[in-house]
Formats: sequence, C-alpha cells, structure tokens
Amino acid sequence: MTDAPALELVDLVMHFGAVRAVDGVSLRIERGRVLALVGESGSGKSTVGRCVVRLLSPTAGTVRLAGTDVTHLSRRRLRPHRKDVSIVFQDPASSLDPRLTVGDIVGEPLRLLDLVPSRKEREQRVGDALEQVGLRRQVAQRYPHEMSGGQRQRVSIARALVSSPRLLVADEPTSALDVSVQASVLNLLADLQRDLGFACLFITHDLAAVEYLADDVAVMYLGTLVEQGSRETVFSAPAHPYTQALLSAAPLADPREQRSRQRVLLTGDIPSPTDPPPGCRFHTRCPVAEDRCRTEVPALRPIPRGRVACHLVADDGTGPDVRAPGTLVTVDSAVENDVMAAPRAPEQP
Amino acid sequence: MTVPISKTAPKMALSVRDLSVTFRTTDGPVSAVDRVSFEVDAGEVLAVVGESGCGKSVTAMALAGLLPGSATVTGSVRLGERELVGASEQALRKVRGSEVAYVFQEPMTSLNPVFTVGRQIAEVLRVHRGMGKRQAQARAVELLGLVGIPEPARRLREYPHQFSGGMRQRVMIAMALACDPAVLVADEPTTALDVTVQAAVLDLLRDLGKRLGTAIVLITHDLGVVADIADRVLVMYAGRVVETAGTQELFDAPRHHYAIGLMGAVPTAARRSEEGRLREIPGLVPVLAEQPAACTFADRCPAADDKCRTAEPPLLPAARPGSAGTHRAACWHPADEEAR
Ligand SMILES: Nc1ncnc2c1ncn2[C@@H]1O[C@H](COP(=O)(O)OP(=O)(O)O)[C@@H](O)[C@H]1O
Ligand SMILES: Nc1ncnc2c1ncn2[C@@H]1O[C@H](COP(=O)(O)OP(=O)(O)O)[C@@H](O)[C@H]1O
Ligand code: SF4
Ligand SMILES: [Mg+2]
Ligand SMILES: [Mg+2]
Repeated sequence: MTDAPALELVDLVMHFGAVRAVDGVSLRIERGRVLALVGESGSGKSTVGRCVVRLLSPTAGTVRLAGTDVTHLSRRRLRPHRKDVSIVFQDPASSLDPRLTVGDIVGEPLRLLDLVPSRKEREQRVGDALEQVGLRRQVAQRYPHEMSGGQRQRVSIARALVSSPRLLVADEPTSALDVSVQASVLNLLADLQRDLGFACLFITHDLAAVEYLADDVAVMYLGTLVEQGSRETVFSAPAHPYTQALLSAAPLADPREQRSRQRVLLTGDIPSPTDPPPGCRFHTRCPVAEDRCRTEVPALRPIPRGRVACHLVADDGTGPDVRAPGTLVTVDSAVENDVMAAPRAPEQP
Repeated sequence: MTVPISKTAPKMALSVRDLSVTFRTTDGPVSAVDRVSFEVDAGEVLAVVGESGCGKSVTAMALAGLLPGSATVTGSVRLGERELVGASEQALRKVRGSEVAYVFQEPMTSLNPVFTVGRQIAEVLRVHRGMGKRQAQARAVELLGLVGIPEPARRLREYPHQFSGGMRQRVMIAMALACDPAVLVADEPTTALDVTVQAAVLDLLRDLGKRLGTAIVLITHDLGVVADIADRVLVMYAGRVVETAGTQELFDAPRHHYAIGLMGAVPTAARRSEEGRLREIPGLVPVLAEQPAACTFADRCPAADDKCRTAEPPLLPAARPGSAGTHRAACWHPADEEAR
C-alpha cells in the first residue's frame, strides 16, 4: 500500500442533527502534496478536517489514511494510526492547555501514543521539535501565556509534527495572526513541508496564503465540493461560477490591479445548511443559473486538470465566466470567445 | 500633509494635530498614541494600517471621546470649527450621534439583542434628529434599502440574531448613517466577514463617500482592503505615524522599513516563485511606557544604526522627484526603490 494517497475521502457525510455540515465530499491528497480547502465560513471545511483526524465520527462515507480505512476503527484500533495524522488549529491561545509547560504540550503525543516511553528520550525529541520550528530548546520550561501568538502557533506546529505524521491538517493556522507573523508561520510551514515531506490539508479562507502554499485547491460551498484542481488551474482558469466569484472578491494588495479588476458581487446570503437549496446548492446566488440548476444536482465530474460540479461547464472545461458576462473560461485560458464583444476580465497571474 | 489632494480643494472634514494618548494601568503608564496628525476630506477614504497593538483603535476612539477614564488625551481634533479634545461628555455624545459615527468589527456587540433592528435605528433618528415615530420608521426602511438589505420593511421587524454577519454589519452602517455623519470611523469593519460579503460592504463604503460625501477613516490590517478603497494611507507603528502617502504612491514606493516589511509579508504566488519566501518582520510591536528619543522600529529594522537608536526621525517629505508632495516618512534611512 506504499503508493496509496496520504488521505482519501469517499462520500464523506457529517450531519449534526438537522445541520448538513458536510454532505458527500470525496477527495484525495497524494503523498507530500499540499491541498488547500477553501470556502466561506460555515461551508464545512473544519468539519472535514475534524473527521479526518477523527475528532468527529462521520455520519457516512470513508476516511482512508495511507490506504487504511480508519472511519470506523475503535479507539484502541485507531491508536496505531494516530501518529500518522495531526492537526493544528486557528487559535493557539485556546488550543494549548495553559496549565502544561510547552515541553509537556509538545511531548504529549509521544507519551499518549506510547511512541517514546523513555522520559529522557522524549525530552530530546521535544527539544528537536522546538528547534525545528525555530524556537529555542529552553522554551520547553515555559508556559503558553508567556509567549506571543506567533510563538504559540509554532508550539502547536511542533506538537503536531513531533510524531512525524504523514498528514498534517492545518485549520486556519494563520488566521488569528498579524500579517507579519502570518508570513513567518507560512514560511515555516512551507520549509517544514519541503524538508519533511508530509502531506497537508490546508484549511483556510485566505486565498493569498493558498497561492503561496498550496499545490492543489478544493473549493467547498455549503457542505459540498464545487471544484478541485491544481493551484495554477484554479487561479488562472476557475471553472465554477462560485470559484470565480470567490477569487474576484478577494482583494489583491496591489491598487492598480485591484481597481482594474472586474468583480462579481454575489447577492443574498449563504443559505442555511439545515435546508440547502435543491439542485445546485449555489443556484440561489449564481449569476448564470438556468432552470436545470434549480432542480438537478450537478455531479462533481472530471475536466482537464481538475473536477467541477456545474451544469454549464462542458467536459473540456469550457464554461461561462461570471466575472465578464458573455465570455467563456477555457482550461488553457488563452482562447477567447471572439463571437462575444464583451470585454474579458484580465486574468490573475 | 497640508498640501490639498485635489485641485478643487475639497472640504476638510476632520483635522487631527499631535494627538497623544497615555493610559494609566496597574503596571504603570502605557503610551498608546504619540503625536499623530492627519486630515480627512469630505468624500475621502483614509486608511490607517499597522499590526495589532500599533494604536489604530485607540486613535479611532480618541477622535470622538470614546476612551475610558484611564486615558489621558492631548492634542487637537477639529471637526469644522469645533475642538473635540477636552469637550464635555454631553457635547461629545451629541457629536457621536450626529457628526462622527462609528462602525466596529463585531456588530453584535453594538446591537441590542432584545430590540428589533427597526426600533434601534428609529431610536437613533428620534433622539438625534427629533423625528416622530412614523417618520423615523420610514427613514429606517430607506436606510436599510440604502445599505442593500433586501425587503427592508420586513427585515426591520426582525432581531439582530436573525441577521447574518454581513447583514448585521450593513445594519450597523445603516445606523451609523442615520444622522448623515460628516465622518465615519470604521474599525476593521470587514475583518470578521467572508470575502464575498466583504467586497459588498467595501463597495457600500466607497459608494457612501462618493455619493454622500462622507469622510471615512478606515482602520484595517488588510492591505488588500487598502488597495481596494483607500485614497490615502497612514501607516502606524507603536503609536506613531511612520509613513503617509497616497495609496498608489505608497504601494509603488514605500520608504519606511516598517511599511516595506508589511507589504513584503503579504503572500502571493509571485513571491513563492521569485523569492521563494515571504518577508518576515522579526520581533514584536513594543508596549511603551514612554516614548523614546529614537525610532521605535529600530529593534526590528534591517537598516537601523546608532542614529536610529538615539534620535527620533521626523516625518519628512519622502516623495520621489516629480510626484505629488503628500508622501512623508519618518525614517533616517528611507529605502530607495532598488532596496525594496
Ligand atoms: N458541533 C457542531 N454542532 C452543530 N453544528 C455544527 C457543529 N460544528 C459545525 N457545525 C455547523 O456545521 C456547518 C459547517 O461548519 P464548519 O465546518 O465549522 O465550517 P467552516 O470551517 O467552513 O467555517 C456550520 O453551519 C456550523 O454551524
Ligand atoms: N484601555 C486600555 N488600557 C491600557 N492600554 C490600552 C488600552 N487600550 C489599548 N491599550 C494599549 O494601547 C496600545 C494600542 O492599542 P490599539 O489601539 O488597540 O491597537 P490596534 O488597534 O492598532 O491593534 C496597545 O499596546 C494596547 O495594549
Ligand atoms: S529610522 Fe532607522 S530604524 Fe527606523 S525604519 Fe528608518 S532605518 Fe529603520
Ligand atoms: Mg472553520
Ligand atoms: Mg484595533
């Protein structure tokens, strides 16, 4: 099973009572790749992440870690697989136990999973992990509240990586941090990922961070995946109208470019996940929705270099560009629909 | 900064001179804002940027007297002919209701959960505008429509919790606009919102400036937001203004090493491929008991030398030859273009 993907989700479903937080998500992350899971708040990203690390027991579907189905393993049977996957949360202030020293926090997975029974050796490994994330070994004696937000996030990363997992789930790891600190944490994650080669499910709503860190991108809307593809394809030729709207709404830190962009303003609110719209879940806000969209659920189907769930995108990946009404997006993003006179929105780099 | 931005010399809405704020705390004094000066014209969007703890919110709250009693505020905030620093609480309350309005990051904390949205907006109109019940009701419907809330007449009868985050922020903006303020102070108004909702709220703010001539002081840490809607930018570091310029000018050629650091920290695909890494600013924003006779950024600055550590750099013109004269930076060794 050595070339099984680091993570494979098949039709993952997670309902909380009437809340259909995740409603049939299938995706895979190959070894050593970084997949960004993006989408608006409430779309179900964190719920996917929690199912992957089995903080939640999915309602239905399958979670495979490196080829092993862990969906229904008991606590005891799950244990040998715990070291294969770790999670880092958004807010290091609330995810680190304030009563424990940094050393105990980082060493906890080794102790709980009985990976390193000897205390001495554990201390060694903890020190190494701290150095790996750019902290001094001596901070092992300190408490989380004595550290800055950025340092605390480094501690969470050290803890997550101390068991040498094959998969890291990073749930908005930089969202609570200032840009300057964000930069250092993103650099750190990029360096560690390159050096250690773990796969990463990078959950974020920060599209700039996605462009910097991810190899692949998956876009969620209201509990389902609407598009998936390589970073380059998704950013340069997004096929799904929601992906296009999302990318066009994220402001670029470049006034000239930002002000010359064509944007799509989505009208209305995200519908409630207790009562998702029939047909395409996005149809209530989609600028190009047709009758079929209101009744038929579009399947997530392959297009060149990715997958998309939209009735209006052809099998070759060609579909409407809602950023410039009347024009088309094509996968090679160079071909223009010259029949239409409407100006085409400049593509993002 | 005294040079008018446009040739028609628009009406100045707010003028701030040497505004300083010190807090008394159990750990001794905290100097949060140090001699900050700026102006905002009618219809203009001035962005205030900097990491958290740089004094952006304290500056905002000091404008119309929102700080607690532990704060000592000096300097001058002029609204038309009136001086707001040192004004009575009664006078300030009146100013806040009618001429200077605030919008904060988390709208839920400023809305009362037990009253309908309509009642809260109408209340503002009745107290500050002396409107009768009917008139206030009608105006409230108009205001909700203005900020893009569908079916405003129906939604007025709902409670804050029945609104989504983005819709609540629109309600807050509607309330802020109820009295046609000359100045809108928006402190991270879109930080808690999703990007698609943020885009709509930013469009709304931009439109207000253009249509109603509202002067907007927009506090944000997001340079994308700045690039989108600001006309001018004030970069704050540890309580001081370290650089100010027109938005395009600042992004084209930041001079202060802090501004350069902030911009270099924004992740992009270009940075991934060209430089391989994001620029980091090592260290933290200090909490200062008193203002040093030095550049407060010296500890974190790649260009700092002895002079930076022993003398405070004045905020001097820093424009490139031939460009408008509004660019200023407080740096002994401002970066030239190649150094960026
Ligand atoms: N433990 C829970 N109980 C009930 N509802 C939940 C729970 N966790 C998440 N939800 C709901 O599931 C949906 C998806 O949430 P989440 O996965 O946190 O989204 P995201 O991370 O994309 O913001 C939301 O509507 C949220 O309110
Ligand atoms: N009420 C207060 N008492 C004491 N210190 C305060 C108070 N409010 C803010 N400060 C301090 O003033 C500085 C500036 O804070 P603030 O204006 O909130 O920063 P920003 O909005 O830029 O993140 C910080 O060091 C903060 O801790
Ligand atoms: S004054 Fe000195 S320390 Fe401050 S930013 Fe300029 S070079 Fe750096
Ligand atoms: Mg989440
Ligand atoms: Mg603030």
